[in-house]
Amino acid sequence: MAVCVAVIAKDNYPLYIRTIAVDNELKFHYTVHTSLDVVEEKISSVAKNTADLRELYLGLLYPTEDYKVYGYVTNTKVKFVIVVESSNTVLRDNEIRSMFRKLHNAYVDMFCNPFYNHGDVISSRSFGEVVNGMMVQD
Amino acid sequence: MADDGLFEFLHMEIVSYCHNNDLKDEKENALAKLECMGYRVGQRLVERLTKECSRFKDELDTMKFICKELWTVVYRKQIDNLRTNHQGVYVLQDHKFKLLTQLSDGKQYLDSALKFLAFPCGLIRGALSNLGITSVVTAEVNTMPACKFQIQIQRV
Repeated sequence: MAVCVAVIAKDNYPLYIRTIAVDNELKFHYTVHTSLDVVEEKISSVAKNTADLRELYLGLLYPTEDYKVYGYVTNTKVKFVIVVESSNTVLRDNEIRSMFRKLHNAYVDMFCNPFYNHGDVISSRSFGEVVNGMMVQD
Repeated sequence: MADDGLFEFLHMEIVSYCHNNDLKDEKENALAKLECMGYRVGQRLVERLTKECSRFKDELDTMKFICKELWTVVYRKQIDNLRTNHQGVYVLQDHKFKLLTQLSDGKQYLDSALKFLAFPCGLIRGALSNLGITSVVTAEVNTMPACKFQIQIQRV
């Protein structure tokens, strides 16, 4: 279960950020922002390691003391970032991958909405519900 | 695609609708409207199609995806010939373009054929733009039903 989910556009501005209700949400915003650098690094360094070349899932970007950050980049250069608590050891890699797959599916469905323009902030209710389903419930 | 006929008929009607306008300004904008329609469809189509694909290595990889997967999904066949000068110009040749097969062969409808190529040009431009490549796409017909799409990559 994620603590924060973010969708970032090709030009590195956020299309959608959702965090659990905490006092300082800005902390999560900051974490996501700094993770973008790691994402860029992973994409550009991918040329050296051909095994990773073909993957959309980037894996664990970096661990902080409280949180772990995972990344995923689509072919259209839209980035998904998921932050989970470090104390949550139950979550395995496969589950994170399936979370990203669900996010990607929801994003594609939302993008195909004829009333959605490329680059707008995401305000779709059904997309919000999919994200709700993968956030920590309190 | 669910059924080829559906898209072909709808496309023919859209072209006819866009051009059947009495206002002079609308007439000039018809091709631009069709191209914009194709652009938006191309963006969405590519978003859906690249969901399962692995990451593209470079520009040529992206072009090959357009020629093979995108063309197969929309027109049920692949591009017959892809040429490039390796400096940002690609020429895609289709010897039997789906949207032109219903028009008769020969010289009579060569000028009107361009109306049917506005939407496909937009489709390619939209697809490329969502994959991160800005381009200008033009089409030409010399003999029906073969046509050539010329893609010029704008490098900023």
